[in-house]
Amino acid sequence: MSKPEFVYVTYIETTPQQLWEALTDGDFTERYWFGVRLRSDWKMGSSFEMVHGDGSVSDAGKVVEYDPPKRLAYTFVNLSETYRNDIPALATFELEPHGKLVKLTLTHAGFAEGGKMLPAISKGWPAILSSLKSMLETGRPLEIPRTAIKPEG
Amino acid sequence: MIDVDSFTSTTVYTIYIASTPDKVWQALTTAEFSRQYFFGFAVEAKLQVGGAFIVRAPDGSLHIDGEVIACDPPRKLTVTWNVTWPGLVEKLGPTLVTYEIEQAGDAVRLTMIEAHDRPLSEDILEGGRQGWPAILSSLKSLLETGKPLTVKTAPPQRMLAALKAMGIGTP
Repeated sequence: MSKPEFVYVTYIETTPQQLWEALTDGDFTERYWFGVRLRSDWKMGSSFEMVHGDGSVSDAGKVVEYDPPKRLAYTFVNLSETYRNDIPALATFELEPHGKLVKLTLTHAGFAEGGKMLPAISKGWPAILSSLKSMLETGRPLEIPRTAIKPEG
Repeated sequence: MIDVDSFTSTTVYTIYIASTPDKVWQALTTAEFSRQYFFGFAVEAKLQVGGAFIVRAPDGSLHIDGEVIACDPPRKLTVTWNVTWPGLVEKLGPTLVTYEIEQAGDAVRLTMIEAHDRPLSEDILEGGRQGWPAILSSLKSLLETGKPLTVKTAPPQRMLAALKAMGIGTP
């Protein structure tokens, strides 16, 4: 049986420091994350928000772990009506040096029973993290249309 | 012929690549490419339903002995991905691997689906869950930068122990 969680592993030719910056600096995230800037002061318990170009906030939660450049964890849930039955689930990023590479493991867990966040993030993360890998390895993020990650149904 | 409907997917891995569907297809199905990103392993496929799908280890020995189940270039390929270790297919049943390739804007979405026809333990499934992200991360790097990754991963210990406990020959 599959657990109600999403795990994604990717290997990136970069340094843990650069990957850490790419995961936490809004100037970076805006380039590879469908234009989303992450906004937080990254202190334990501080607010965490996904901010769009027009200033609107789509998702919000709290910072749970901040241990550069090894472990980052935050909760978030989408604020729109579609996800009213969902609770903020926990996304944990682990960065491990692996020779000249960094192994990045994302574990996203703690979803509400029957909620809509899990299928949505399961589509979103591979696109976001693929684009992140491209940006760090080639200097160019991917141009993936938002429709590609739309949840079905 | 294998009944694809009797298989349940156990591992799904999706990755987006700045490339074309044709190049991704070629990378997945030719030894010339696979040796570069798949750590020296050579894919040799006869790309028609019923054709042989094999993967050779760097020393030339047969590692995967499978068959093409569905073939729709450059969109979809389903093969049996049967590791040649003694007793493995008898005990675990066949492994089905499907690649789906779709255009997504300027990028290509590649989805790998591993499926089995019987329930398997998390320990057994660890092998694929460790292997696929390394292989497909390296494939993406090769197609985008011209250079594959050198991923040195430890062997999946839990899987090897579980196979040994079932009497399956492991290297």
